[in-house]
Amino acid sequence: MKNKWISAFIGFAAVIIIWQLVIIIGDYPEALLPGPAAVFAKWWSLVVNGTLFEHISISLYRFTLGYVSAALLAIILGLFLGRLPKVWAIIDPVVQVIRPVSPIAWSPFIVLWFGIGNMPAIVIIFIAAFFPVLLATVAAVNRIEPTYLKVAANFELSQKDLMWKIILPAAFPAIGSGLHMAIGSAWIFLVAGEMIGAQSGLGYLIVDARNALDLDTVLAAIVTIGVIGLALDHLLRFVEAGVKRMWTGKMM
Amino acid sequence: MTQSIIDVQALHKTYPSSNKAVLENVSLTIKRGEIVAFLGKSGCGKTTLLNMIGGFEPASSGDILLDGERVTKPSQKSIMLMQSYGLLPWRTVYHNVLFALENSTLSKAEKHTRVLKGLALVGLSDRLNAMPSELSGGMQQRVAIARALAIEPEIILMDEPFAALDTFTRYFLQDEITKINKEQHMTILLVTHDIDEAIYLADRVIILAPNPGRIYKEVTIQLPRERDRASRDFQHYRELIFNEFHLSHEPPAIEYNI
Repeated sequence: MKNKWISAFIGFAAVIIIWQLVIIIGDYPEALLPGPAAVFAKWWSLVVNGTLFEHISISLYRFTLGYVSAALLAIILGLFLGRLPKVWAIIDPVVQVIRPVSPIAWSPFIVLWFGIGNMPAIVIIFIAAFFPVLLATVAAVNRIEPTYLKVAANFELSQKDLMWKIILPAAFPAIGSGLHMAIGSAWIFLVAGEMIGAQSGLGYLIVDARNALDLDTVLAAIVTIGVIGLALDHLLRFVEAGVKRMWTGKMM
Repeated sequence: MTQSIIDVQALHKTYPSSNKAVLENVSLTIKRGEIVAFLGKSGCGKTTLLNMIGGFEPASSGDILLDGERVTKPSQKSIMLMQSYGLLPWRTVYHNVLFALENSTLSKAEKHTRVLKGLALVGLSDRLNAMPSELSGGMQQRVAIARALAIEPEIILMDEPFAALDTFTRYFLQDEITKINKEQHMTILLVTHDIDEAIYLADRVIILAPNPGRIYKEVTIQLPRERDRASRDFQHYRELIFNEFHLSHEPPAIEYNI
């Protein structure tokens, strides 16, 4: 654990040193590649005047709404579709065709249907998160050990209990890996989503700074997005552990 | 006179994918409180027979009656113990046993008492909060036994339940099974390919022969309950059953005539 932190520290220190060296050796002007000090100063000023947090909070709001609704809907649908192989056989080919299309490709329709503001980003995040979770859930339900189903039948579980007490907990570890994949790709598409018709958020911050040729701000936003993405993935691990604890029945 | 609990009548089983019968014309009666072992080589349909008695597989024709009622689906009256234990790995030992009682009408306190009683019976009262993955195979099977006992089924079905365990654990659990049978008057049906296990546990050993699966011979073990694996009587039954298996070989095909 401690070693992990030290390794991470060394990695980041190396990147910053190389970055600074490139500027010194290459003699690039600030306007082409801002140095670490300038970026940090900019980042700090954005923190101090509060604009960064405004953008972060609106981005997180959109992200949470899009991601959580996609994950919940995909898990619920996936649990049922995993139990209905004949229905899934019909839906699966369609999903396989839609899935490889970048959510951004839908942006003209999204703007037409949902207007501008918060919705385009939310919808794009929803699309980005939905398919990985759905596919992971269906696959997880299909792979449940037959022994568990046999035990459930033996103890005469109702359909509701079967879903809630057997299928969901048995499939959850595999659903979890789908959730991790989805949180990564959905966070990537947040920025793209906020470049369409949004007037706030981290993605907008980048577009806006680009238009003003304010590269310090662009880099400060990029670093912020990366750090939050990492934090979200770790947060998801906590949520997963919490859900798993729910059905162990420990603490007696 | 003890009454019969299971009646199997002219049972046939053929899988749709093949035209060979897995079981053909199997009829047998099992008395309440009896321990019956089904012994046979792989492919003789013994597991299929047990699954059908448990209601996990439908019969192609014939009937299985449990307490005079037709078995059409699995029920809490007959609980299956599996070689892979069938515990739920995401639940603690306590909650694995409680699982059996969750949809019963018992009060919370009664459920608690029953779970503790079941775990005490298999000697696991001190591992309530352990997860199944923290237990040895033998302990996991004991949890499965406690779970089965918790709902007080009429019959326990065992599909090679100790096959994956080492010899000493197996002996220990076999004693446990005889104890449970004696104290709870439970009927126990056991599928095994271990001849010693069959003789040690069973009141009756039913030998099945393959192609198609059928009852080949029945051996009643007339030994007192506390059996001695090294005794002469025990050896007698071993020899008897060994001989049966030699006889159950198909005679070699005649390759040529002089």
